[in-house]
Amino acid sequence: MLEALSYEFMQNALIAGVLVSLISGIIGSLIVANRMVFLAGGIAHAAYGGIGIAIFTGIPIFLGTSLFAVAAALFMAFITINQRENIDVFIGLTWAVGMAIGIILVDLTPGYNVDLLSYLFGSILAVNRDDLYFMGLLFVVILFVITFWYRDILAVSYDSEYAALSGINVKFFYTLILVLSALTVVIAIKVVGLILVIALLSIPVYIAQKLSSSLYSMMLISGVIASVFTLIGLWFSYSFNITSGASIILVSALSLMLFMLFAKLR
Amino acid sequence: MHKNKTRAVIEVKNLSFAYDKDLVLEDINLEIFEKDFMVLIGPNGGGKSTLVKLILGINPLQKGSIAILDKSISKSISQIGYVPQNTNINLNFPIKAVEVVMMGKNSRRNSLFGYKKEEVHYAMQLLEKVGIQEFANTKIGLLSGGQRQRVMIARALYIDPKILLLDEPTSSIDTDGQKQIYELLKELNKEITVIVISHDISILLEYASKVAHINKKLSFHDLGSIKNIETKSEHICEVELLQMLGKCKC
Repeated sequence: MLEALSYEFMQNALIAGVLVSLISGIIGSLIVANRMVFLAGGIAHAAYGGIGIAIFTGIPIFLGTSLFAVAAALFMAFITINQRENIDVFIGLTWAVGMAIGIILVDLTPGYNVDLLSYLFGSILAVNRDDLYFMGLLFVVILFVITFWYRDILAVSYDSEYAALSGINVKFFYTLILVLSALTVVIAIKVVGLILVIALLSIPVYIAQKLSSSLYSMMLISGVIASVFTLIGLWFSYSFNITSGASIILVSALSLMLFMLFAKLR
Repeated sequence: MHKNKTRAVIEVKNLSFAYDKDLVLEDINLEIFEKDFMVLIGPNGGGKSTLVKLILGINPLQKGSIAILDKSISKSISQIGYVPQNTNINLNFPIKAVEVVMMGKNSRRNSLFGYKKEEVHYAMQLLEKVGIQEFANTKIGLLSGGQRQRVMIARALYIDPKILLLDEPTSSIDTDGQKQIYELLKELNKEITVIVISHDISILLEYASKVAHINKKLSFHDLGSIKNIETKSEHICEVELLQMLGKCKC
Protein backbone atom coordinates (compact mmCIF):
# COMPACT_ATOMS: atom_id res chain seq x y z
CA MET A 1 0.00 0.00 0.00
CA LEU A 2 2.71 2.47 0.97
CA GLU A 3 4.52 2.18 -2.34
CA ALA A 4 1.24 3.10 -4.02
CA LEU A 5 1.53 6.52 -2.44
CA SER A 6 4.62 7.27 -4.48
CA TYR A 7 2.61 7.23 -7.70
CA GLU A 8 1.38 10.63 -8.75
CA PHE A 9 -2.04 9.31 -9.78
CA MET A 10 -2.49 7.87 -6.30
CA GLN A 11 -1.49 11.14 -4.66
CA ASN A 12 -3.92 13.00 -6.89
CA ALA A 13 -6.63 10.50 -6.04
CA LEU A 14 -6.12 10.98 -2.32
CA ILE A 15 -6.13 14.77 -2.55
CA ALA A 16 -9.20 14.70 -4.78
CA GLY A 17 -10.94 12.23 -2.47
CA VAL A 18 -10.45 14.42 0.59
CA LEU A 19 -11.31 17.66 -1.24
CA VAL A 20 -14.50 16.23 -2.72
CA SER A 21 -15.44 14.68 0.64
CA LEU A 22 -15.06 17.98 2.49
CA ILE A 23 -17.13 19.77 -0.16
CA SER A 24 -19.74 17.01 -0.08
CA GLY A 25 -19.96 17.36 3.68
CA ILE A 26 -20.77 21.05 3.42
CA ILE A 27 -23.11 20.95 0.46
CA GLY A 28 -24.61 17.58 1.42
CA SER A 29 -25.63 19.11 4.76
CA LEU A 30 -27.49 21.86 2.93
CA ILE A 31 -29.05 19.41 0.48
CA VAL A 32 -30.36 17.18 3.27
CA ALA A 33 -31.54 20.09 5.42
CA ASN A 34 -33.40 21.64 2.49
CA ARG A 35 -34.83 18.29 1.38
CA MET A 36 -33.21 18.53 -2.00
CA VAL A 37 -31.78 15.02 -2.16
CA PHE A 38 -33.99 13.98 -5.05
CA LEU A 39 -33.36 17.32 -6.74
CA ALA A 40 -29.62 16.84 -6.45
CA GLY A 41 -30.03 13.34 -7.86
CA GLY A 42 -31.83 14.82 -10.83
CA ILE A 43 -29.04 17.31 -11.41
CA ALA A 44 -26.41 14.57 -11.10
CA HIS A 45 -27.99 12.52 -13.84
CA ALA A 46 -28.81 15.51 -15.99
CA ALA A 47 -25.13 16.43 -15.79
CA TYR A 48 -24.43 13.59 -18.18
CA GLY A 49 -25.92 15.81 -20.86
CA GLY A 50 -23.06 18.20 -20.17
CA ILE A 51 -20.54 15.40 -20.53
CA GLY A 52 -22.08 14.59 -23.93
CA ILE A 53 -21.93 18.22 -25.02
CA ALA A 54 -18.31 18.51 -23.91
CA ILE A 55 -17.27 15.39 -25.79
CA PHE A 56 -19.23 16.38 -28.90
CA THR A 57 -17.92 19.95 -29.05
CA GLY A 58 -14.46 19.26 -27.73
CA ILE A 59 -14.61 21.70 -24.82
CA PRO A 60 -13.11 20.59 -21.49
CA ILE A 61 -15.29 18.02 -19.72
CA PHE A 62 -15.43 19.92 -16.43
CA LEU A 63 -16.49 23.10 -18.18
CA GLY A 64 -19.21 21.47 -20.27
CA THR A 65 -20.54 19.47 -17.36
CA SER A 66 -20.50 22.44 -14.99
CA LEU A 67 -22.36 24.69 -17.40
CA PHE A 68 -24.97 22.07 -18.14
CA ALA A 69 -25.42 21.09 -14.48
CA VAL A 70 -25.77 24.73 -13.43
CA ALA A 71 -28.33 25.25 -16.19
CA ALA A 72 -30.24 22.20 -14.90
CA ALA A 73 -30.01 23.59 -11.35
CA LEU A 74 -31.37 26.97 -12.44
CA PHE A 75 -34.20 25.25 -14.26
CA MET A 76 -35.01 23.19 -11.15
CA ALA A 77 -34.84 26.29 -8.96
CA PHE A 78 -37.19 28.10 -11.29
CA ILE A 79 -39.64 25.21 -11.28
CA THR A 80 -39.57 24.64 -7.52
CA ILE A 81 -39.96 28.31 -6.71
CA ASN A 82 -42.79 28.92 -9.12
CA GLN A 83 -44.70 25.68 -9.08
CA ARG A 84 -44.70 23.54 -5.99
CA GLU A 85 -46.96 20.92 -7.48
CA ASN A 86 -45.69 18.37 -9.94
CA ILE A 87 -42.16 19.15 -8.98
CA ASP A 88 -41.15 15.50 -8.97
CA VAL A 89 -42.35 15.19 -12.53
CA PHE A 90 -39.99 17.96 -13.57
CA ILE A 91 -37.14 16.46 -11.59
CA GLY A 92 -37.69 13.12 -13.30
CA LEU A 93 -37.89 14.87 -16.64
CA THR A 94 -34.63 16.77 -16.18
CA TRP A 95 -33.02 13.59 -14.88
CA ALA A 96 -33.93 11.57 -17.96
CA VAL A 97 -33.65 14.22 -20.65
CA GLY A 98 -30.17 15.22 -19.54
CA MET A 99 -28.97 11.63 -19.75
CA ALA A 100 -30.65 11.12 -23.12
CA ILE A 101 -28.95 14.20 -24.55
CA GLY A 102 -25.61 12.98 -23.26
CA ILE A 103 -25.95 9.51 -24.69
CA ILE A 104 -27.05 10.72 -28.13
CA LEU A 105 -24.29 13.33 -28.36
CA VAL A 106 -21.71 10.71 -27.46
CA ASP A 107 -23.23 8.43 -30.14
CA LEU A 108 -22.92 11.23 -32.68
CA THR A 109 -19.30 12.00 -31.87
CA PRO A 110 -17.27 10.39 -34.64
CA GLY A 111 -14.60 7.94 -33.62
CA TYR A 112 -15.05 8.55 -29.95
CA ASN A 113 -15.56 5.49 -27.86
CA VAL A 114 -16.29 6.96 -24.48
CA ASP A 115 -16.11 4.91 -21.37
CA LEU A 116 -19.62 5.51 -20.04
CA LEU A 117 -18.87 3.49 -16.93
CA SER A 118 -16.17 5.88 -15.78
CA TYR A 119 -18.82 8.62 -15.54
CA LEU A 120 -21.44 6.40 -14.02
CA PHE A 121 -19.15 5.02 -11.33
CA GLY A 122 -16.29 7.49 -11.16
CA SER A 123 -12.65 7.41 -12.12
CA ILE A 124 -10.82 8.87 -9.18
CA LEU A 125 -7.54 7.24 -10.25
CA ALA A 126 -7.67 9.31 -13.44
CA VAL A 127 -7.80 12.67 -11.65
CA ASN A 128 -5.23 15.09 -13.04
CA ARG A 129 -3.75 18.42 -11.98
CA ASP A 130 -6.44 20.51 -13.70
CA ASP A 131 -9.16 18.53 -11.97
CA LEU A 132 -7.51 19.26 -8.64
CA TYR A 133 -7.32 22.97 -9.39
CA PHE A 134 -11.01 22.99 -10.26
CA MET A 135 -11.88 21.16 -7.03
CA GLY A 136 -9.68 23.47 -4.97
CA LEU A 137 -11.28 26.53 -6.51
CA LEU A 138 -14.78 25.24 -5.81
CA PHE A 139 -13.79 24.46 -2.22
CA VAL A 140 -12.60 28.04 -1.72
CA VAL A 141 -15.74 29.48 -3.32
CA ILE A 142 -18.00 27.34 -1.13
CA LEU A 143 -16.10 28.25 2.03
CA PHE A 144 -16.42 31.88 1.11
CA VAL A 145 -20.16 31.68 0.42
CA ILE A 146 -20.90 29.71 3.61
CA THR A 147 -18.83 32.03 5.76
CA PHE A 148 -20.29 35.16 4.29
CA TRP A 149 -23.95 34.13 4.36
CA TYR A 150 -23.96 31.59 7.16
CA ARG A 151 -26.89 33.03 9.10
CA ASP A 152 -29.05 33.57 6.05
CA ILE A 153 -28.35 30.09 4.78
CA LEU A 154 -29.05 28.69 8.25
CA ALA A 155 -32.38 30.51 8.42
CA VAL A 156 -33.45 29.46 4.94
CA SER A 157 -32.43 25.86 5.54
CA TYR A 158 -34.19 25.53 8.87
CA ASP A 159 -37.44 27.35 8.12
CA SER A 160 -37.72 28.96 4.72
CA GLU A 161 -41.23 30.29 5.31
CA TYR A 162 -40.17 32.22 8.37
CA ALA A 163 -36.96 33.32 6.71
CA ALA A 164 -39.02 34.85 3.92
CA LEU A 165 -41.22 36.63 6.47
CA SER A 166 -38.20 38.11 8.18
CA GLY A 167 -37.09 39.60 4.89
CA ILE A 168 -34.45 37.15 3.71
CA ASN A 169 -34.33 36.64 -0.04
CA VAL A 170 -35.22 32.95 0.12
CA LYS A 171 -35.35 32.50 -3.66
CA PHE A 172 -31.81 33.76 -4.03
CA PHE A 173 -30.41 31.46 -1.38
CA TYR A 174 -32.43 28.51 -2.61
CA THR A 175 -31.02 29.02 -6.07
CA LEU A 176 -27.53 29.55 -4.69
CA ILE A 177 -27.66 26.27 -2.78
CA LEU A 178 -28.85 24.45 -5.90
CA VAL A 179 -26.10 25.94 -8.07
CA LEU A 180 -23.45 25.00 -5.53
CA SER A 181 -24.99 21.52 -5.39
CA ALA A 182 -24.70 21.27 -9.16
CA LEU A 183 -21.01 22.17 -9.09
CA THR A 184 -20.44 19.75 -6.22
CA VAL A 185 -22.15 17.02 -8.20
CA VAL A 186 -19.83 17.71 -11.13
CA ILE A 187 -16.68 17.13 -9.12
CA ALA A 188 -18.17 14.25 -7.15
CA ILE A 189 -18.86 12.50 -10.46
CA LYS A 190 -15.11 12.21 -10.88
CA VAL A 191 -14.78 10.44 -7.54
CA VAL A 192 -17.83 8.20 -7.22
CA GLY A 193 -19.69 8.66 -10.50
CA LEU A 194 -23.06 10.21 -11.17
CA ILE A 195 -25.11 7.24 -10.03
CA LEU A 196 -23.47 7.16 -6.61
CA VAL A 197 -23.18 10.90 -6.00
CA ILE A 198 -26.31 11.02 -3.91
CA ALA A 199 -24.97 8.44 -1.48
CA LEU A 200 -21.80 10.45 -0.94
CA LEU A 201 -23.86 13.59 -0.39
CA SER A 202 -26.32 12.05 2.04
CA ILE A 203 -24.84 9.13 4.03
CA PRO A 204 -22.14 11.09 5.92
CA VAL A 205 -24.66 13.87 6.53
CA TYR A 206 -27.15 11.45 8.01
CA ILE A 207 -24.59 10.29 10.54
CA ALA A 208 -23.28 13.78 11.24
CA GLN A 209 -26.78 15.09 11.80
CA LYS A 210 -27.11 12.90 14.88
CA LEU A 211 -23.74 13.93 16.24
CA SER A 212 -23.87 17.68 15.83
CA SER A 213 -25.74 20.51 17.45
CA SER A 214 -25.22 23.17 14.80
CA LEU A 215 -25.23 23.42 11.03
CA TYR A 216 -21.59 24.41 11.14
CA SER A 217 -20.53 21.32 13.07
CA MET A 218 -22.74 19.13 10.88
CA MET A 219 -20.87 20.36 7.81
CA LEU A 220 -17.51 19.77 9.43
CA ILE A 221 -18.33 16.33 10.81
CA SER A 222 -19.92 15.27 7.49
CA GLY A 223 -16.78 16.33 5.67
CA VAL A 224 -14.52 14.40 7.99
CA ILE A 225 -16.71 11.28 7.90
CA ALA A 226 -16.93 11.44 4.10
CA SER A 227 -13.13 11.76 3.90
CA VAL A 228 -12.65 8.68 6.07
CA PHE A 229 -15.12 6.69 3.97
CA THR A 230 -13.44 7.81 0.77
CA LEU A 231 -9.95 6.90 1.96
CA ILE A 232 -11.04 3.48 3.26
CA GLY A 233 -12.98 2.89 0.04
CA LEU A 234 -9.93 3.83 -2.02
CA TRP A 235 -7.78 1.46 -0.02
CA PHE A 236 -10.21 -1.41 -0.67
CA SER A 237 -10.37 -0.41 -4.30
CA TYR A 238 -6.60 -0.52 -4.63
CA SER A 239 -6.09 -3.69 -2.60
CA PHE A 240 -8.75 -5.80 -4.29
CA ASN A 241 -8.72 -4.10 -7.66
CA ILE A 242 -12.41 -3.11 -7.57
CA THR A 243 -14.22 0.00 -8.83
CA SER A 244 -13.38 2.87 -6.48
CA GLY A 245 -16.74 4.64 -6.53
CA ALA A 246 -18.72 1.55 -5.68
CA SER A 247 -16.20 0.61 -3.03
CA ILE A 248 -16.47 4.05 -1.36
CA ILE A 249 -20.25 3.89 -1.34
CA LEU A 250 -20.37 0.37 0.11
CA VAL A 251 -17.96 1.40 2.87
CA SER A 252 -20.26 4.36 3.59
CA ALA A 253 -23.43 2.28 3.57
CA LEU A 254 -21.94 -0.42 5.81
CA SER A 255 -20.74 2.22 8.25
CA LEU A 256 -24.18 3.80 8.26
CA MET A 257 -25.75 0.44 9.09
CA LEU A 258 -23.30 -0.10 11.94
CA PHE A 259 -23.93 3.43 13.18
CA MET A 260 -27.68 2.93 13.19
CA LEU A 261 -27.27 -0.40 14.95
CA PHE A 262 -25.13 1.16 17.68
CA ALA A 263 -27.51 4.09 18.02
CA LYS A 264 -30.38 1.64 18.48
CA LEU A 265 -28.55 -0.52 21.01
CA ARG A 266 -27.49 2.39 23.18
CA MET B 1 -69.05 47.88 22.19
CA HIS B 2 -65.45 48.87 21.64
CA LYS B 3 -63.98 51.46 23.87
CA ASN B 4 -63.42 54.30 21.51
CA LYS B 5 -60.16 55.25 23.13
CA THR B 6 -58.35 52.12 22.00
CA ARG B 7 -57.32 52.26 18.40
CA ALA B 8 -57.57 49.46 15.90
CA VAL B 9 -54.23 47.73 15.45
CA ILE B 10 -55.54 45.76 12.52
CA GLU B 11 -58.27 47.01 10.26
CA VAL B 12 -59.56 44.79 7.49
CA LYS B 13 -61.98 46.38 5.05
CA ASN B 14 -64.07 44.77 2.32
CA LEU B 15 -61.52 42.05 1.88
CA SER B 16 -62.14 39.31 -0.67
CA PHE B 17 -59.74 36.66 -1.78
CA ALA B 18 -59.89 33.79 -4.25
CA TYR B 19 -57.54 31.01 -5.21
CA ASP B 20 -57.93 30.80 -8.96
CA LYS B 21 -61.69 31.16 -9.10
CA ASP B 22 -62.57 29.67 -5.73
CA LEU B 23 -63.66 32.49 -3.49
CA VAL B 24 -62.20 31.76 -0.06
CA LEU B 25 -62.90 35.02 1.68
CA GLU B 26 -65.68 37.36 0.74
CA ASP B 27 -66.16 40.92 1.90
CA ILE B 28 -64.43 40.52 5.22
CA ASN B 29 -64.57 43.43 7.63
CA LEU B 30 -62.66 43.08 10.84
CA GLU B 31 -61.22 45.39 13.44
CA ILE B 32 -58.80 44.22 16.07
CA PHE B 33 -57.98 46.58 18.90
CA GLU B 34 -55.04 47.07 21.18
CA LYS B 35 -54.70 44.39 23.87
CA ASP B 36 -57.47 42.32 22.33
CA PHE B 37 -57.24 38.57 22.71
CA MET B 38 -58.92 37.77 19.46
CA VAL B 39 -59.72 34.24 18.39
CA LEU B 40 -60.51 33.40 14.82
CA ILE B 41 -62.44 30.16 14.67
CA GLY B 42 -63.99 28.27 11.82
CA PRO B 43 -63.80 24.94 10.07
CA ASN B 44 -60.78 23.70 8.18
CA GLY B 45 -60.69 25.25 4.78
CA GLY B 46 -62.88 28.07 6.06
CA GLY B 47 -60.38 30.72 5.10
CA LYS B 48 -58.66 31.32 8.45
CA SER B 49 -55.17 30.59 7.20
CA THR B 50 -55.79 32.60 4.05
CA LEU B 51 -56.72 35.62 6.13
CA VAL B 52 -53.53 35.17 8.16
CA LYS B 53 -51.43 34.99 5.03
CA LEU B 54 -53.05 38.16 3.77
CA ILE B 55 -52.42 39.96 7.05
CA LEU B 56 -48.80 38.83 7.02
CA GLY B 57 -48.39 39.88 3.42
CA ILE B 58 -47.56 36.38 2.19
CA ASN B 59 -50.55 36.38 -0.11
CA PRO B 60 -50.99 39.50 -2.24
CA LEU B 61 -54.14 41.53 -1.72
CA GLN B 62 -56.76 41.11 -4.41
CA LYS B 63 -59.67 43.17 -3.21
CA GLY B 64 -60.17 45.30 -0.15
CA SER B 65 -57.59 46.67 2.24
CA ILE B 66 -55.72 45.75 5.38
CA ALA B 67 -54.14 48.32 7.62
CA ILE B 68 -51.85 47.43 10.46
CA LEU B 69 -51.25 50.20 12.96
CA ASP B 70 -52.64 52.64 10.44
CA LYS B 71 -50.25 51.62 7.73
CA SER B 72 -50.91 49.51 4.67
CA ILE B 73 -49.55 46.03 5.19
CA SER B 74 -46.39 46.04 3.17
CA LYS B 75 -44.67 48.52 5.48
CA SER B 76 -45.58 47.28 8.90
CA ILE B 77 -44.85 43.59 8.72
CA SER B 78 -42.31 43.88 11.49
CA GLN B 79 -45.08 44.83 13.91
CA ILE B 80 -46.48 41.31 13.88
CA GLY B 81 -44.84 38.42 15.66
CA TYR B 82 -45.94 35.30 13.85
CA VAL B 83 -46.05 31.74 15.12
CA PRO B 84 -46.73 29.36 12.22
CA GLN B 85 -49.00 26.36 12.48
CA ASN B 86 -46.46 23.66 11.88
CA THR B 87 -43.65 23.81 14.38
CA ASN B 88 -42.56 20.24 13.69
CA ILE B 89 -40.59 21.10 10.61
CA ASN B 90 -37.05 19.92 10.12
CA LEU B 91 -36.81 18.17 13.49
CA ASN B 92 -33.50 16.53 12.57
CA PHE B 93 -31.96 19.89 11.86
CA PRO B 94 -29.03 20.48 14.20
CA ILE B 95 -29.97 23.78 15.77
CA LYS B 96 -30.32 24.91 19.37
CA ALA B 97 -33.43 26.55 20.78
CA VAL B 98 -31.63 29.82 21.39
CA GLU B 99 -30.47 29.94 17.75
CA VAL B 100 -34.04 29.50 16.55
CA VAL B 101 -35.11 32.45 18.69
CA MET B 102 -32.43 34.61 17.10
CA MET B 103 -33.88 33.85 13.70
CA GLY B 104 -36.78 36.10 14.65
CA LYS B 105 -35.00 38.94 13.00
CA ASN B 106 -32.96 38.99 9.86
CA SER B 107 -29.76 40.51 11.15
CA ARG B 108 -28.31 42.38 8.24
CA ARG B 109 -24.74 41.78 9.28
CA ASN B 110 -22.92 38.51 9.10
CA SER B 111 -20.54 37.91 11.94
CA LEU B 112 -19.16 34.69 10.50
CA PHE B 113 -20.26 31.70 12.53
CA GLY B 114 -20.80 33.59 15.73
CA TYR B 115 -23.64 35.42 17.35
CA LYS B 116 -23.26 38.72 19.09
CA LYS B 117 -23.36 38.66 22.86
CA GLU B 118 -26.31 41.05 22.99
CA GLU B 119 -28.29 38.86 20.59
CA VAL B 120 -27.74 35.76 22.70
CA HIS B 121 -28.52 37.68 25.86
CA TYR B 122 -31.76 39.02 24.42
CA ALA B 123 -32.79 35.60 23.12
CA MET B 124 -32.13 34.14 26.57
CA GLN B 125 -34.37 36.77 28.13
CA LEU B 126 -37.15 35.83 25.74
CA LEU B 127 -36.72 32.14 26.51
CA GLU B 128 -37.02 33.03 30.18
CA LYS B 129 -40.16 35.00 29.43
CA VAL B 130 -41.78 31.96 27.83
CA GLY B 131 -40.48 29.77 30.63
CA ILE B 132 -37.94 27.47 29.02
CA GLN B 133 -34.59 29.12 29.51
CA GLU B 134 -33.15 25.84 30.79
CA PHE B 135 -33.55 24.35 27.31
CA ALA B 136 -31.75 27.16 25.50
CA ASN B 137 -28.92 24.92 24.35
CA THR B 138 -31.05 21.86 23.61
CA LYS B 139 -31.43 20.75 20.02
CA ILE B 140 -34.82 21.82 18.75
CA GLY B 141 -35.81 18.28 17.75
CA LEU B 142 -35.30 16.98 21.27
CA LEU B 143 -37.85 19.35 22.81
CA SER B 144 -41.47 18.38 23.44
CA GLY B 145 -44.20 19.86 21.27
CA GLY B 146 -45.13 22.37 23.95
CA GLN B 147 -41.55 23.41 24.56
CA ARG B 148 -40.96 23.84 20.85
CA GLN B 149 -44.10 25.96 20.60
CA ARG B 150 -42.66 28.21 23.31
CA VAL B 151 -39.44 28.55 21.35
CA MET B 152 -41.48 29.66 18.35
CA ILE B 153 -43.34 32.18 20.49
CA ALA B 154 -40.00 33.51 21.74
CA ARG B 155 -38.83 33.75 18.13
CA ALA B 156 -41.96 35.75 17.26
CA LEU B 157 -41.33 38.05 20.23
CA TYR B 158 -37.77 38.72 19.07
CA ILE B 159 -38.85 41.72 17.00
CA ASP B 160 -40.69 43.16 20.02
CA PRO B 161 -44.01 43.15 18.18
CA LYS B 162 -47.18 45.01 19.04
CA ILE B 163 -49.23 42.08 17.78
CA LEU B 164 -48.70 38.37 18.24
CA LEU B 165 -50.39 36.12 15.71
CA LEU B 166 -50.54 32.37 16.23
CA ASP B 167 -51.87 29.85 13.74
CA GLU B 168 -53.31 26.76 15.49
CA PRO B 169 -50.76 27.03 18.31
CA THR B 170 -51.87 23.91 20.14
CA SER B 171 -52.57 21.48 17.33
CA SER B 172 -49.65 19.21 18.18
CA ILE B 173 -49.62 19.54 21.94
CA ASP B 174 -51.24 17.48 24.68
CA THR B 175 -54.07 18.96 26.77
CA ASP B 176 -51.89 20.01 29.71
CA GLY B 177 -49.44 21.67 27.38
CA GLN B 178 -52.26 23.47 25.60
CA LYS B 179 -53.50 25.05 28.79
CA GLN B 180 -50.01 26.20 29.66
CA ILE B 181 -49.58 27.78 26.25
CA TYR B 182 -52.83 29.68 26.65
CA GLU B 183 -51.82 30.79 30.14
CA LEU B 184 -48.60 32.10 28.63
CA LEU B 185 -50.54 33.95 25.94
CA LYS B 186 -52.80 35.44 28.58
CA GLU B 187 -49.72 36.73 30.36
CA LEU B 188 -48.28 38.17 27.15
CA ASN B 189 -51.65 39.71 26.37
CA LYS B 190 -51.12 42.18 29.22
CA GLU B 191 -48.68 43.96 26.97
CA ILE B 192 -49.54 43.09 23.40
CA THR B 193 -52.46 42.20 21.19
CA VAL B 194 -52.87 38.46 20.71
CA ILE B 195 -54.61 36.87 17.75
CA VAL B 196 -55.09 33.12 17.72
CA ILE B 197 -56.37 31.03 14.84
CA SER B 198 -58.01 27.86 16.03
CA HIS B 199 -60.76 25.41 15.49
CA ASP B 200 -60.64 24.46 19.13
CA ILE B 201 -63.57 26.39 20.57
CA SER B 202 -63.73 25.11 24.12
CA ILE B 203 -60.35 26.02 25.53
CA LEU B 204 -60.24 29.42 23.91
CA LEU B 205 -63.40 30.71 25.49
CA GLU B 206 -61.62 30.89 28.79
CA TYR B 207 -59.04 33.23 27.40
CA ALA B 208 -60.49 35.07 24.44
CA SER B 209 -61.82 38.57 24.69
CA LYS B 210 -63.32 38.35 21.21
CA VAL B 211 -64.22 35.61 18.82
CA ALA B 212 -64.62 35.91 15.11
CA HIS B 213 -66.00 33.10 13.02
CA ILE B 214 -64.81 32.49 9.51
CA ASN B 215 -66.64 29.92 7.50
CA LYS B 216 -65.99 29.03 3.94
CA LYS B 217 -69.63 28.14 3.37
CA LEU B 218 -70.77 31.46 4.61
CA SER B 219 -68.32 33.23 2.45
CA PHE B 220 -69.69 31.37 -0.49
CA HIS B 221 -73.38 31.85 0.23
CA ASP B 222 -73.54 35.07 2.10
CA LEU B 223 -71.98 38.40 1.52
CA GLY B 224 -70.41 38.73 4.94
CA SER B 225 -68.40 35.82 6.14
CA ILE B 226 -67.24 37.15 9.42
CA LYS B 227 -69.25 37.53 12.56
CA ASN B 228 -67.91 39.40 15.52
CA ILE B 229 -69.28 38.07 18.75
CA GLU B 230 -68.65 39.83 21.98
CA THR B 231 -68.26 37.42 24.83
CA LYS B 232 -67.93 37.79 28.54
CA SER B 233 -65.52 35.00 28.98
CA GLU B 234 -66.88 33.60 32.24
CA HIS B 235 -70.48 33.41 31.16
CA ILE B 236 -70.42 31.56 27.95
CA CYS B 237 -70.07 27.92 27.18
CA GLU B 238 -69.37 26.19 23.96
CA VAL B 239 -73.02 25.35 23.36
CA GLU B 240 -74.10 28.94 23.77
CA LEU B 241 -71.40 30.09 21.43
CA LEU B 242 -72.42 27.60 18.80
CA GLN B 243 -76.01 28.78 19.19
CA MET B 244 -74.92 32.35 18.73
CA LEU B 245 -72.94 31.38 15.69
CA GLY B 246 -75.98 29.51 14.45
CA LYS B 247 -78.04 32.69 14.61
CA CYS B 248 -75.74 34.36 12.17
CA LYS B 249 -77.03 32.14 9.37
CA CYS B 250 -73.80 30.22 9.04
